[in-house]
Amino acid sequence: MTQGVAITGNSGPKVRSDIEVKLEITDSGGVSVEVNSKVKSMYGKAIESQCRSVLDFYEIRNARLVIEDSGALPFVISARMEAAVRQLTGTRREFLPDMLPENAYSSSAQRFRFSRLYLPGNSPGMFINAGLHNPDGIILDLEDSVALAKKDDARILVRNALRSVDFYGAERMVRINQGERGMEDLDYLIPHNVHLVLIPKCETAMSLKAVDARIEMIRDRYGLKEPVFLMPIIESALGVENAFDIATASENVVAMAIGLEDYTADLGVQRTKEGAESHYARNRIVVASKAAGIQPIDSVFSDVGDMDGLLANVLSSKAMGFEGMGCIHPRQVPVIRQGFAPAEEEIEKARKIVLAFRDATAKGLGVVSLGSKMIDPPVVARAEKTINLSLLLGLIPSNWDEETISEK
Amino acid sequence: MKMVTNAAGREVPAEINGNSAVPFKGVGKHRPEGSKYGPPIPTCIDYPDDNNKVIGSLREALERCGLRDGMTISTHHHMRDGDLINNQVFDIAHEMGVKDLVWLPSASFPCNDPVIKYLEDGTVNRIEGSMNGPLGRFVSGGGMKGMAVLRSHGGRVQAIQDGEVKIDIAVLTAPSADSFGNAKGTGGPSAGGVLGYAKADYMFADRVIIVTDNLVELPCFPMEIEGNYVDFVVVVDKIGIPEKIVSGTTQITKSPDRLLIAELTATFLEKSGLLHDGATMQAGAGGTSLAIAVYAHQILRKKGWKFRLGFGGSTKYMVQMLEEGQMGYILDAQAFDLDSVRSAEVNPNHIPYPVYNAYNYHSKGNLTAMMDIMILGATEIDTGFNGNVVTHSDGLLLHGIGGWQNCLHARNVIIPLPLFRDRIPVIVDRVTTLCGPGELIDVIVTERGIAINPRRQDLIDAVKGKGLPLVSIEELKSIAERICGKPEKVSFDERVVAAIKWVDGTVIDAVHQVRK
Repeated sequence: MTQGVAITGNSGPKVRSDIEVKLEITDSGGVSVEVNSKVKSMYGKAIESQCRSVLDFYEIRNARLVIEDSGALPFVISARMEAAVRQLTGTRREFLPDMLPENAYSSSAQRFRFSRLYLPGNSPGMFINAGLHNPDGIILDLEDSVALAKKDDARILVRNALRSVDFYGAERMVRINQGERGMEDLDYLIPHNVHLVLIPKCETAMSLKAVDARIEMIRDRYGLKEPVFLMPIIESALGVENAFDIATASENVVAMAIGLEDYTADLGVQRTKEGAESHYARNRIVVASKAAGIQPIDSVFSDVGDMDGLLANVLSSKAMGFEGMGCIHPRQVPVIRQGFAPAEEEIEKARKIVLAFRDATAKGLGVVSLGSKMIDPPVVARAEKTINLSLLLGLIPSNWDEETISEK
Repeated sequence: MKMVTNAAGREVPAEINGNSAVPFKGVGKHRPEGSKYGPPIPTCIDYPDDNNKVIGSLREALERCGLRDGMTISTHHHMRDGDLINNQVFDIAHEMGVKDLVWLPSASFPCNDPVIKYLEDGTVNRIEGSMNGPLGRFVSGGGMKGMAVLRSHGGRVQAIQDGEVKIDIAVLTAPSADSFGNAKGTGGPSAGGVLGYAKADYMFADRVIIVTDNLVELPCFPMEIEGNYVDFVVVVDKIGIPEKIVSGTTQITKSPDRLLIAELTATFLEKSGLLHDGATMQAGAGGTSLAIAVYAHQILRKKGWKFRLGFGGSTKYMVQMLEEGQMGYILDAQAFDLDSVRSAEVNPNHIPYPVYNAYNYHSKGNLTAMMDIMILGATEIDTGFNGNVVTHSDGLLLHGIGGWQNCLHARNVIIPLPLFRDRIPVIVDRVTTLCGPGELIDVIVTERGIAINPRRQDLIDAVKGKGLPLVSIEELKSIAERICGKPEKVSFDERVVAAIKWVDGTVIDAVHQVRK
């Protein structure tokens, strides 16, 4: 057992919805708890009793505990307490909050991944409303957005969030750390209905297989039925060169993303707005992904104030063949969704083509034509894809193919 | 203290600061009797032959007005947080050894915190007006000798008009004034736009002092304060700190969660048909309200529609609608930012409109009742749709009522709110302090659903099947409690520190001292 004071969580004038725990294990005198909180008159007793129940769980009978609370929700309080106890005792026992029944939903390999919202894994204030912004996926990030000293705290917090926070149907994603720490992240998180794991700085098929194997082991151990999908992030020249191998390294790989900040650093060049330096890499990711039958996903757009710039960026991504983009701010979600969704003229054209195809098939004609133009099979296939996408996004009604509507 | 139960089921004091008080009887149930208050009849023989009322100093003016123990001093808040004069009145009273004053501000701001020391030393007995920040905390903790009386802007002018409060001396700051006492809110180094709060004060006060830093040639036109009501004009170097009088620019919220609520509110306005060509609207200067105004503007532009009029506090977002043709007129009691000040000065369709005319419940009509769309805030709403705007759930007085109660009389009252703030649920079983009865609150828009008051079946029918996330208010409460946990019931001391008045002068609730 470590002596001294464990400090976890955050406090300060700008911190909201978090809690700082200062825990010292003593030899005698029982447990003393001091709660300082701006919600003390309404939740002071609840906070104290929750903290005491965590100490009881770990059979800590003598301790001095000081709490600085700024309106943390219960799942945050127990995560911070557990992290403090672990720091002092090295225990591996987990104090798990209840799994919300609404968090039991599953994902599928083909689902859309237009927008996926990054949430810094040690900033609990952003978790609770993230799903309301309706991103396709929520990424609880343990990698770049978490300071090295806070990595252990964040892991427990993210685990609790996976159990206690409703993300309202978004795909439940985590970005693990690189290397061995990332492998340990998997042990903590996979049992709690993670749909997809983002693997940062993925450079070889071998490293992806290692993650996949570790997940398989955990799934076996816990008897998990649902698959856990993988999204490698290509962030280096080597990764780009190995893109197709990585994309085909496991059947669990459903998408592949590019991370341009690290990639340009690896090349030793500046990242520019025009992006000439990354053109090849982006194209390569698109082609490798399409060849492997998975979704290519573009890098994030980092100027959160520039919505026009974002939309232009999304449209050029889409034109290159990307099928999604990361978001670092909730307000980017609707812009990205709008950008990747089919445009009105595109839908109208697809509708005409699909209707013409159905008409030809019904008449037993081998050749599809629209007006005087012949339509090739791949064009029909693309049009059908557009219609399905529009249906799923609610852009057209389910009876889109009825005569009255097609007469528009 | 003798307490009685009013028609809303709240325990309220039967007597406030030695005067008997009428408990709330229900919306539209109290009928006033008698005549309006009349100040003593003046005569022009008491005023200088040349009508030049300029006097050397504020102290001299107060002395000549006969400042003495127990008087009621009114001020207004047009200099907002940049005010440099209101505190001086009490500095002077303190120097003169005057005690037990009653301060009747139209609102107070953090810049007025120095008055706390005069509440402590007995110069001021009590404040009848809004209380924010440290002042609210001081009063909540029981520091004030007399009982605070909180009134809406409309309730304040009603109380002045009806003689519930008799103003001995009104000290009114004015960005421009002439030597006769005509005054206005525009011009000069401290231009604030509009003096919408001053009218009842100058009409009904026994004595009126105008303080300006911009003495202009006669006539100061268009005058919002008329010189024939004025006793003295004091010219000082500075009445306010310009950048604190109006915000340089009011900003829509940057919070993605608030923007989501604003967007949902605008969608509700559109799908319910409340937003239509020729509609009338009012929205505040809070970040969420501003965002709603921006989204509503986009809808109007898209449809080619126009608001018939908007009622201020004006902001640059209303001014944009006015200038781009999506709003016919702005009627205005106060300007919140520099664009509004400029607009009020130059645009003939941006019309100063005193609170006395717009919000006074004891008058021949009520402007707010003509508003189609009213966007308001609240600190708490309960499952009966009752609203609280003055205290937080811990019982601390932290906000004034402002125009909130008056605005509840609009045709459609919509309150956009986050379902919880940090951990504190906003939808509760019973509001800590009742400020507005639920029968006047129609729609609550939160990030987790929209609750329509069951009394408004017409609105429920209007939006049925239109893809909006409709929920009951009870569901909203249980969603919040599921996330936050059920809060403990906060208990208070017996002592009443503030009475909350309804728009007709009756007492709707009482605020108790918070426990240490």
